[in-house]
Amino acid sequence: AMLDPERGLSLTIARVVQRLQGSSLHSQLERQARVSLHKPEIRLESLKEDIKDFLKTSGWEKKLQNAVYSELNVFPSPCHPAAPPEHIKEPLAYMRKAQGSWEKRILRSLNSMCTELNIPLAQKRPENEQKELLNKWNEMGTDEPDLSLFRPVYAPKDFLEVLMNLRNPNYENGEQPSFRNHLGLIQVPLKVKDIPELKEGFSELGLNIGQLGIDDSAQVPPEFFENEHVRVGQKVLAEQDSAAAQQYVRQGCPTALRADLWALILNISNQPEDILYYEQLKSNVIQHDLLVDSLIYKDVKLTASNDDYYFVFEDYLYQVLLCFSRDTSVLEHFSYSSATPPKSYIQGKLGMEEYAVFYPPNGMNFNYNSFILSVAPLCFLYHEPSKLYQIFREMYVRFFFRLHSISSHPSGIVSLCLLFETLLQTHLPQLFYHLREIGAQPLRISFKWMVRAFSGYLATDQLLLLWDRILGYNSLEILAVLAAAVFAFRAVNLMEVTSLAAAEAVLADLSTLKVMPLLQIFLFATVA
Amino acid sequence: FRIMAGKVKWVTDIEKSVLINNFEKRGWIQVAENEDWNFYWMSVQTIRNVFSVETGYRLSDDQIVNHFPNHYELTRKDLMVKNIKRYRKELEKEGSPLAEKDENGKYIYLDFVPVTFMLPADYNLFVEEFRKNPSSTWIMKPCGKAQGKGIFLINKLSQIKKWSRDSKTSSFVSQSSKEAYVISLYINNPLLIGGKKFDLRLYVLVSTYRPLRCYMYKLGFCRFCTVKYTPSTSELDNMFVHLTNVAIQKHGDDYNHIHGGKWTVSNLRLYLESTRGKEVTNKLFDEIHWIIVQSLKAVAPVMNNDKHCFECYGYDIIIDDKLKPWLIEVNASPSLTSSTANDRILKYNLINDTLNIAVPNGEIPDCKWNKSPPKEVLGNYEVLYDEEMAQSDGTERDPRGRPGQSTGVKGSRARDSGKPVLTTWK
Repeated sequence: AMLDPERGLSLTIARVVQRLQGSSLHSQLERQARVSLHKPEIRLESLKEDIKDFLKTSGWEKKLQNAVYSELNVFPSPCHPAAPPEHIKEPLAYMRKAQGSWEKRILRSLNSMCTELNIPLAQKRPENEQKELLNKWNEMGTDEPDLSLFRPVYAPKDFLEVLMNLRNPNYENGEQPSFRNHLGLIQVPLKVKDIPELKEGFSELGLNIGQLGIDDSAQVPPEFFENEHVRVGQKVLAEQDSAAAQQYVRQGCPTALRADLWALILNISNQPEDILYYEQLKSNVIQHDLLVDSLIYKDVKLTASNDDYYFVFEDYLYQVLLCFSRDTSVLEHFSYSSATPPKSYIQGKLGMEEYAVFYPPNGMNFNYNSFILSVAPLCFLYHEPSKLYQIFREMYVRFFFRLHSISSHPSGIVSLCLLFETLLQTHLPQLFYHLREIGAQPLRISFKWMVRAFSGYLATDQLLLLWDRILGYNSLEILAVLAAAVFAFRAVNLMEVTSLAAAEAVLADLSTLKVMPLLQIFLFATVA
Repeated sequence: FRIMAGKVKWVTDIEKSVLINNFEKRGWIQVAENEDWNFYWMSVQTIRNVFSVETGYRLSDDQIVNHFPNHYELTRKDLMVKNIKRYRKELEKEGSPLAEKDENGKYIYLDFVPVTFMLPADYNLFVEEFRKNPSSTWIMKPCGKAQGKGIFLINKLSQIKKWSRDSKTSSFVSQSSKEAYVISLYINNPLLIGGKKFDLRLYVLVSTYRPLRCYMYKLGFCRFCTVKYTPSTSELDNMFVHLTNVAIQKHGDDYNHIHGGKWTVSNLRLYLESTRGKEVTNKLFDEIHWIIVQSLKAVAPVMNNDKHCFECYGYDIIIDDKLKPWLIEVNASPSLTSSTANDRILKYNLINDTLNIAVPNGEIPDCKWNKSPPKEVLGNYEVLYDEEMAQSDGTERDPRGRPGQSTGVKGSRARDSGKPVLTTWK
């Protein structure tokens, strides 16, 4: 039975209240209300109204609004109250099953590596090692441990294979495969948007609306758009309004305002308790050595150390990711993610629930490559470790986790792949057909871009303009649109290639691309 | 023979592919030094010979070389400092507002070289300065060497005893320029990114000193130290921490051959704008342009402005944590060796754009030309300062006249004319 809107609203309100109750914001509001009792403008006769007014003028109401807005952004709308929790994680049974098998496979791989190398999943560090690590906390990049025996837990192409094999057992496609059917790699019937719907959804990217990334180039006088846009941005920051900020960044963030705007949208304020929490995570890292630490280490060395932009921040990446893997607050997001954190048992206590722990503590067991590439661009914006950490964590539990798990969510990787293939097949059918014929299914090339949110492929300033829009629209769909737009841009060259390798070569270097013009042309200036 | 007559004949004594490829792509013809040549890309030894009293010879009108005869007025550490000091004093004497000093006696606009002394000549002056700040660190650099050779740091007077003129034990260091050193206050609060120290390498092309006409290459880069920076005294001997010369960094354990520890200047700008704000970033870049122009103005009066010459300098600049840029040194022969593939492309393009400006249309040059190339050939260079245009605009006397404004480039966005566009050059 469909949930009626009234019911849905009260459920949502109840959930938000429940989540905010007992939070530090809640206690701060209480404290503020108490403090206000001393103020002359608070009168006993109109206590409730006066306190409410005080909270409004002192900016606390705005903070509460931002927190509510944040909750609404992150958590999905409630479904029927009788629906079991798995449905909130993922409504489709076959998707849940596929995610479960995938997780088992990863865990097997990790366990066998453990056994082979005879390394425990976790162990306490000896005193002297702890001291040593603390001393070189800021320069872990200079270490050269022997990591040759560690293999990545899985490669992106393994994940793509799994997605390609997804099938909905309830769906019978009786038709003969023909040119009109879906010819791509993804064979599940999820609903994805078409270009008219995308145009509506991304209306702020339209041709007659100013954009950073287009209308701020050197040839355009700043009076036309840039100056005013900056002025509005400063105003949004002064008001400290999350919702306004989210709307604003759809047209791009001025570089000087971006760090603060993203923090506002993600509702990160770097309070003392947040800094303390980070320090606690840091001390966890010092005290205990986890197997996944070596995997992180290896992946950072392979990825960031060799990147033209990110190599400078190598040390920050270790710090953030080592802490992240121990952050149990991340477990919360599993309530709306199709993934489930793997459980491990204390040695000798297999199956006994009271001796079960999540491993690693944050429940993540993925190829860290993608994590690394989602932290690195943030180093351009935040140089304070605890703030950098919180921004990354929030970006991860809001957006990027969807790129690594199998779900039916519109921002999930499955939907993005399907959206990409559909856009290409519908609007560049000749190109799509040609590439398919020569054994170069487009998704094989674009998958790695999307699964990494284009990090490591675009120039940093372009990547940040793209991520502005991810935050602005609270969706990852723009990644699929950009991927299609890139193919459209290089279509002429791609039509001439005759092999997958040649197609890869044409699309190997995206570092000179300007993302906003590409997106704008693809969505708004191409004849459908 | 007829067909060849119109082609530029080139010689070089620097065997670098980025040079030779550029000559060949223009269809120029390689000849030997003793033949008739039009273009000679020479090492600094050769320019010394060409203009020396004993071995020198007159260049003809259709011959161009890539160095000014006495470039060392700018490119030798001790002479650069000497010229800048002289320039400042002259401005002070004529009451120029540029020479204004603050309440501590420091030049407001012209304090861009760290305090420097010549050794052994200024030893006593140095000691006086040292004693004012006994915990300071100083950097000793041999005047005539490059690539970081012979450089060391000191924080105790005893470490440089042998440069003391009074020292009984000193095998008195001869006055020959090879053994002279400069000692400069070490910038121990450099701006760090990711905890790492870096310096800026910027390329500046000078086509004439009087009137001064110079161009800045938009695609400069930052060179990072591979090891985390620490001002601790125990690390003073670890050259990998302190020196950013690629030649030294290449031998550190951490040196990475794929990226070579470099960032583009536009990356730097993006980082600074994002973390520090736009105004201070613009101010920093304006100041960098300013100090380059001032350094050129300082040596202009003593430069032999031979019309056969142009020069492409490598400027090394360090930014401190207050976002103040410091001029460390100027190189007459910036390295044309490439440490990475991207580096090779950069240097190839640098030479290409340089040749387009210095040898108009790639044709046999006439050194009497007015050295005013059209805007279209600048490539990745942009006009940094054009004295002729500045004078005709009447902005010459403006004390803080921004270098870019006098050229009228980009009209109302003159403030941005020195600003590299955010996008990558890759």
